[in-house]
Order: sequence, then C-alpha cells, then structure tokens
Amino acid sequence: MAVCIAVIAKENYPLYIRSVPIQNELKFHYTVHTSLDVVEEKISAVGKAMADQRELYLGLLYPTEDYKVYGYVTNSKVKFVIVVDSSNTSLRDNEIRSMFRKLHNSFTDVMCNPFYNPGDTIQSKAFDSMVTAMMVQAS
Amino acid sequence: MESLTLTDVEQKYYSDLFVYCDTDNTKKVASNGKVLDLFRAAQLPSDVVLQITELCGATRLGHFGRSQFYIALKLIAVAQSGLPLRVESLNSVKDLPLPRFVVAKNEQEARHTAMYPDLENQGPYQGVIPRPPARGQVKKVSPDTTSPVVSPHHSPPTSPHAWRKHKRQASGGNVERPPVVVAGAVWTPFRESQSGPVVAGDGMWSAHSPPPVQESWVSLKDTYPPSSSKLPPMHLSPVQENSSIRTVASVATANEIQRQSSSGYDDPWKITDEQRQYYINQFKTIQPDLNGFIPGSAAKEFFTKSKLPILELSHIWELSDFDKDGALTLDEFCAAFHLVVARKNGYDLPEKLPESLMPKLIDLDDSAEVPDQAPDVGYSGSPVEVTPNKSPMPSLNQTWPDLNQGNEDTAIVHPVPIRMTPSKIHMQEMELKRTGSGKMASPYDKSLCCLGCRSNSGTSPEGLKVVAAPPPPPPRPNASHSRSSSLDMNRNFAAHPTGPQQSGVVACPPAIPPRPLPTQTSGPHSGHRSDEGLAAHSTTSPQQIPEQPNFADFSQFQAFAASDQPNDDGEKHPESLPAKGSIMAPPPKPVRRRLKSEDELQDEALPPKSNVIATVLATLPSIPRSVGKDKKAIQASIRRNKETNTVLARLNSELQQQLKDLLEERISLEVQLEQLRPFSHL
Repeated sequence: MAVCIAVIAKENYPLYIRSVPIQNELKFHYTVHTSLDVVEEKISAVGKAMADQRELYLGLLYPTEDYKVYGYVTNSKVKFVIVVDSSNTSLRDNEIRSMFRKLHNSFTDVMCNPFYNPGDTIQSKAFDSMVTAMMVQAS
Repeated sequence: MESLTLTDVEQKYYSDLFVYCDTDNTKKVASNGKVLDLFRAAQLPSDVVLQITELCGATRLGHFGRSQFYIALKLIAVAQSGLPLRVESLNSVKDLPLPRFVVAKNEQEARHTAMYPDLENQGPYQGVIPRPPARGQVKKVSPDTTSPVVSPHHSPPTSPHAWRKHKRQASGGNVERPPVVVAGAVWTPFRESQSGPVVAGDGMWSAHSPPPVQESWVSLKDTYPPSSSKLPPMHLSPVQENSSIRTVASVATANEIQRQSSSGYDDPWKITDEQRQYYINQFKTIQPDLNGFIPGSAAKEFFTKSKLPILELSHIWELSDFDKDGALTLDEFCAAFHLVVARKNGYDLPEKLPESLMPKLIDLDDSAEVPDQAPDVGYSGSPVEVTPNKSPMPSLNQTWPDLNQGNEDTAIVHPVPIRMTPSKIHMQEMELKRTGSGKMASPYDKSLCCLGCRSNSGTSPEGLKVVAAPPPPPPRPNASHSRSSSLDMNRNFAAHPTGPQQSGVVACPPAIPPRPLPTQTSGPHSGHRSDEGLAAHSTTSPQQIPEQPNFADFSQFQAFAASDQPNDDGEKHPESLPAKGSIMAPPPKPVRRRLKSEDELQDEALPPKSNVIATVLATLPSIPRSVGKDKKAIQASIRRNKETNTVLARLNSELQQQLKDLLEERISLEVQLEQLRPFSHL
C-alpha cells in the first residue's frame, strides 16, 4: 500500500505523481525528486553491461525514518517510484515488485494509446484507477 | 372566429405545436405544409382533416393563423375522442384529452426522444403529455444552430422502446433525462434541417446513409441527428401506443421496434444495422481488409477529425481498444466510432465499455462486469453480437484461466508461446522464467543434480500455477549408441549444443552442468592420478561407458586411439575439446593443469590416460541434462550412472594396478640408473 506513486520521464520530469495524504503532497514531491539521484546512481552502476542485464527493479532506494522509497526503471529510462510508509512492515519485496509490474503494464497501455503523446502528463482514467487501487486507503 | 377557451395545459401545448409548425418563425402563421403534416399525423381520416381545416377557418383565410391552429387542434382532439365535429363542441366539451399525433419514428429520433416520460406530473391527463418545453427554452436553443448536438447532456436515449415503455411514468432507464427535454433541442435541428422530407415512412438512416463520407464530421452530424429530430414533440397515450407504432410505415423503424418489443429494455449503446454498415464502410476506407487492423496513427487521424477534445478521444480509445494492442479491429473500430458519435451528440462517455460494444473475443473468458448502461442483458435478435461478458478493462487485472489451462492440460514439455502484448500472465511468465532459471541453477549437487534439476522444474510451474517453459528438453541419450562409432556421437553432439539453445526462452542449464565438474573430476582424479599409459586400455574403457551426451569425449578418444599418439596429448586436449564446444572448456582446464605437473613426473603415456579419464569424467555432468523428463528417464539414467560407476570402478582398479606396476618399473629403472651412474659423480 503505497503512500505516493510517481512516474518520471526520461528527462526527469514527472509524468504522473499521486500521493494519498493530499496535504503534504509537496513533501512527497521532494522525496521523489531526491530519489532520482539514487536511481541515476544505480543505473550507472551497471556500467558497460547493457540494459538487458540490468534488472528493471531497483529495489529499496533509500529509507528514511518515515518511509521507504523503491525504484524501478524501464528500458526507455522511464522511472517509477513508490514511496511506502515505514510503519507498514508487512510489505514484502515481492509485493513491491508486483506493484511495479502492474504500474509498468498500465503504463504500457497508456503508451499504446495513439492519442497519448509521450511526454504528456498521464491522464488516463484507467491508469488513475489502477494507481488508486494501490494506494493506501486514507482513513 | 369562434371563441376558444383553453385550459392552461392546452394552451401551452397548442402554443408549442404552433411554434413547431411555425417554421417561418413568423409567430403568426403556421406553415401549411407543417400543419398538414401534423394533421396527417393525427391519424384521422383525411376528410375529417379537411373538415377540420374548414371549420377552423383556415380555408377561409388561406393560412393557419394562431387561432385557427388552435381551433384545429381542438377539433382534432374532438375527433380523436370520437365526438362529432361541431363548432359548438369546441367549447362545450369538457375534459377533452389533448390531440394526439403520431409521427414516423426513426431510430434516431427514438434515440433522441425524451419527450414524454418525465411528465407524469403534468396533469390529470392520462395520456402522457409531452411537457411542452417552455418558449424560452426553445428560444434559447434555437440560436444554437451550428451543431445539432444540443441534445441533453445525459445518458443516451433509449430507442423507441421509450415510446412504448413510458406507461405512465418516466421510463426507469431514462431517469437521468432531466426535464430539460429534448423537445427543444429537437425542434432546433428540425428547424434547421429541412433536409429531406423526413416524413413517416422514411427510414432514418437509409435516407441519409451513407452520409457524405469520411471527411466532414460536421456533415455527418448534421444528418445524424436531424433524422432523429423528426420527432415532433408529440406523445402517445399508452393505449394507442402499440397501434400507432404499428402504423409507422418505415420498415426499419418497425423492425427496430419489434426488436425492442421482443427484447424488453434496450441497450442504449447498441449499434443498429445501418450504423454498423456505415461504420464498416468507414473502416474500409482506412483498411480494406475487414479482418485487418487499423493502426493507431491512422485511427488517431480519423477520429481527430471529429473535433472532440483529445482527452475524450483518449478515453474513447481506452474503452474501445479491447486487447490493448494499439490497433483497432473492426469491432473495436465500430465501438470507438459509436462512442464518438454518441459523444458528439452530447452523451457522456461511460466509464466502462458497454456490453453491446464489446468486441467478440473467443478464447478469453473473464469474470463478467455488468456495464452500468444496460440493466438487462438478454437481447434477442440483436444484430450486434453480444459477447461473453468481459471486463471492460482487459489489462492485467484479469486472469486468463483458459490460457493457463490450455497449457497445463497438455503435459507436453515445450516452450510456451508467449503473447506479444503485455499481459499479466505474460509478465508472470517472464518473472517465472527469470526466477525459475535462478532456482535451477542453484542446487547443483553432484548426486542429485539430475533429480534436483528436474524437481525444480517440476515444482516451479506447479507452484505458481502458470506454465513456465520448463528447462529445455535435454537431448535424449540413446542407449543404443553406447558402442557406436564416433560419427554418431559427433552428429549427436553436433545436434546437442543447438538443442538447448533452441528449446527455450530460458537460458538454463546447458551452461551450468559443467560447473560441478571440476569438483567432480578433482575427486576421482585424485584416485586416478596414475595413468599407466595403456592406450588400448584407455580406448576400450571409455567406450564401455554408456554414451553420455557429451560425445565429444568419445570422438576424442577415437581420434586419440586412431592416432595412437600419446605425445601431443597436451595439444590435442585443448584442441579437440574446445572444438566440441564451450561446455567442455572449463572442465579440462584443471585437468590440463594437473596433467602438466604429471608430465614431469611420469611417462608420456600417463597423461593421455588421465586425459581420457578426465574427459570421461567430463561426460558425467552431462548426465543431469540427459535426465529430462519423467521417472523412466530418471531410472534409466540411474541405471546408466550405475553402469558408469561400475565401469569406472573397474577402471580405477585397473589403473591402480598399472600404477603399481609402473612404480615398480620406475624403482627398477632407478636402481639401474644408479648402478650405471656411480662413476659420474666421481
């Protein structure tokens, strides 16, 4: 159950960002932005090995005292970032992976839409509903 | 002129009718043509109509003024209620029902009709009175002449069933239809579109179909609603409904109605025949092959012409591209087109694809999700195929059990064909393969490598309920080849390395088996260090070993035996082995190293023997590969292993013997040397 989900384009601007506690949204924006550095570092760490060998799931990017940030990069350098609450310890790695997989698939569907210009913000309702399903239900 | 007293309702009704007929917008005179149409729609015999016109004074005046019109209407009501036509009856008859008019409906009107139903509160009249839209409304609507798409912005109209169904109350399905009734909207387009005498008997679409092709969406729009707008704001009493419906001359409407009468509550999103035909024609202009696809870019251009906002087009695309492949099949295209048309006419887009718009899918079976539009699912005689219920959002949240079951039922081990479009199952499979190959690589136990490999491959598909490609079927060891010539082995071996590469999505075990070899060989090697250089011995013994998939070794032995050259063992070894494939490359290295050290110690005959042994042993790890598929194979391989074991044990003992002999020889030679040398160190 994520607290914040973001999709960032290759040029490092956000295509889609959604967080659950609507107040504090800015804080999540900031967190996601700082996590981009870690993502870049992980991508470049693979070095000369080509993208096939680099796994898409980056894993835990960095933890803070409040939450943990996970990253995932596609082959076209589109990044997905999920921020989860640290208190939610029950989330396993597999679940995070499956969340990323779902994100990736929905993103692919959005891409397949000829009316979507890559680089636009994502306004697809289907994508929205999928993301909302993954987010924590705010009490 | 006779004085006329009208009730309020009547007054309103008549004024609306007057405005309706007042096509010239004179506010004074109703045009004759319209009036006559109206009167004809009143379903009265023509002489009565004539009489009425005479009575009301129009014939005198030559035109229908307002008062004449009103009188005429009243007389029509009188006539319809069966009373004799008298001037006196105008005022004397109390509680006269409003005059009723029937008009040929086309399905378009039906779709747009919204007159009656909400008006139950209109008055004591049993017939549902079409709420006469306020003048103001009409005026407001009328300036908006550009697009007929002024219809109420609510859910799509129901088809003519609304005509019948509205018993007394608003039809349940069209609840959203706000009192802002279509009537006003209808009038405007009607006024605008003088196109064609859309009189009863005119099939809606047929008259206008096919509208001027492709390009101008506006023209399409123009023709589309006007045919619907034919409906004057009339109403039908429930009593007369059926009969009046049946009197409609238009065949198509009759068909439509009958279809609906049989199917009960109708799906507002259903595509009619004419529409479908039109869509198909449009499809053909883009893609002549009806079974083919329209690529996304072409569809984008086409639908952009409709001038809908991109966001809505994007949403429409999401709804209609059912298999999410970025291209539209004929069904998907029709659905998309239909949604666009509906949107242009002001109906909101549904959140999910309505059932009647879902394309037919054969092999996928999903949990049904009832679309919010049509409460009833059972349509009979619908020309549009109603598909098995599918979730409108076909992307990954679905399971496709059929796909899985189909694969699981066939217990054949084969590479599973992978869908090219992303899908949940696809992703799962990919994940599986990624993890599966990892699993299989790890436990690589010498004794259990074969079994372990198999059990892993066995459990992973079962455990995950998804058929992952099992490890590529290993080449079957042919027991018959155990003593065969090297040619067979060569060919087998040549076939072999391609085997694992072909068979799979998984780059799995072929590279892996040799890994334990060094550990394996190191063990036996310590035992077999002595090679007594009995070349003949060495050549026979490996041949006794049941043939292992790694035939390289045998051919090497053969070559070795043929050449009978212990000399260039070192060279031959690396030469021949790499020729057999990279698989053998790792294992011989440690052997070679040991060989070099041995060379210094022992005779040249020895190393070849050790080479032989090494290569023989190198064949062992290929056993796990050979154990592919089922218990029989395992047992066969177990047997083979046992045989190999016994052969190797024998070889061991023989080599031990040779070692002893050699050592004795060496001692004797050294003694001799010593005896011969005593003078050298003097």
